[in-house]
Amino acid sequence: MAKLNLAIYWSASCGGCDVAILDINEKILQVAEIADIVFWPIALDFKRHHVEAMEDKSIDVCLFNGAVRTSEQEEMAELLRAKSKAMVAFGSCAHLGGIPGLSNFTNRAETFERAFIEAQSCDNPDKTLPQTMTKVAEGELELPEFYDTVKALDQVVDVEYYIPGCPPTVPIISQVVDALAAGQLPPVGTVFGSDKALCDECPRTKEEKKITKIYRPHEIIPDPEKCLLEQGIICMGPATRGGCEARCIAANMPCRGCFGPPPGVTDQGAHMLSALASILDVTEDEDIARMIDEIPDPAGTFYRFGLPTAMMNRRRM
Amino acid sequence: MSFEPKIVGFLCNWCSYRGADLAGTARMKCAPNVRTIRVMCSGRVEPTFILKAFQLGADGVLVLGCHPGDCHYAEGNYKVARRMPLLKKMLAQLGVEDERVRLDWVSASEGDRFVSIIDDMTEKVRALGPFSKNSGEEKHG
Repeated sequence: MAKLNLAIYWSASCGGCDVAILDINEKILQVAEIADIVFWPIALDFKRHHVEAMEDKSIDVCLFNGAVRTSEQEEMAELLRAKSKAMVAFGSCAHLGGIPGLSNFTNRAETFERAFIEAQSCDNPDKTLPQTMTKVAEGELELPEFYDTVKALDQVVDVEYYIPGCPPTVPIISQVVDALAAGQLPPVGTVFGSDKALCDECPRTKEEKKITKIYRPHEIIPDPEKCLLEQGIICMGPATRGGCEARCIAANMPCRGCFGPPPGVTDQGAHMLSALASILDVTEDEDIARMIDEIPDPAGTFYRFGLPTAMMNRRRM
Repeated sequence: MSFEPKIVGFLCNWCSYRGADLAGTARMKCAPNVRTIRVMCSGRVEPTFILKAFQLGADGVLVLGCHPGDCHYAEGNYKVARRMPLLKKMLAQLGVEDERVRLDWVSASEGDRFVSIIDDMTEKVRALGPFSKNSGEEKHG
């Protein structure tokens, strides 16, 4: 079999996805056997013009991690889409919007205000903010445009496959590498993960779910055997796709939802909200109000990794 | 043209829908702005339905069920009674005004109460103006 051309790119991301690729350890040698890496800015010295010079569809697979928030990221997504046969949204940010997607609770002006004026570490007496064009003696300097709204990859370009996770787990990356090596890719639109909710693979004991107090993770040391929701800790398991082997759960931490909604669920946050409200064991208005006060940030909790792909994808402007 | 709000109303089969029927058979007048969807129980109304109503162009969403203690299925209305305040708290974070979503109770005998809730909500949503979901297509130079 001819070697595959593989590209790996990052946009609005933390770099954890690129590290996750290296976390497959010696399996990276198999990647080198089956593929030539033609573009990987974090590891190899390729530039944008190298990609521009490639023939259309000459990249077999592009693993794209990170959300899209600037014009530069949008251009790179479009460029790599044109050059790639298969575009893969790699990790929660490309798949769902991810942590950068929480920025959809604000907008460009508020983000700039916070980052460049208010931030305690900032010394900016002239209140200078990034501009797309700046005239200096030597000429004009250009910066990418910064959008109000963060998007997931498939809200910008067509995407063939999704690899969920923040970051994707080693077994799932290995599964993808094996599929590539065998030349057996699943149907377009496949999300590499389980088709069931995380609760299905969670090893904890589950009994009747009825709670009268909600704890934040730092307020309690949970019983490692018992369902976290039943202990009053918000665990996104019921509204989250499985396939991660319940790693956070194994570390006695609740699921935060990075695999996104399971098949059949349109809106992860609304689904979790419904599940959680249903198990509150209170009926009087004041008790309901008290328990809701114990959830300080419902939108940020239920849409932690997926606000840009939620039905209401940002704060109204 | 003046703004006529579109309100989606989820009415439970056993109490509120019959209350609406009573208002109709008694020829009571009420605002024509509510599009009624009959559900078996107010507890059937998932938060997703409410988000979807807004996504499809509703300016407000009204959920009506049996009074607490009167649910045909014993506790369905308690489930929605817990979901709605949490949903409202979440919607507030997303910039949705409180008056656009309302949960209330109407029994089968309360045709007059049905009319007053519909009229009241219609006027409140009218005062807020249209709900435009900003899809985030905006750009800045």
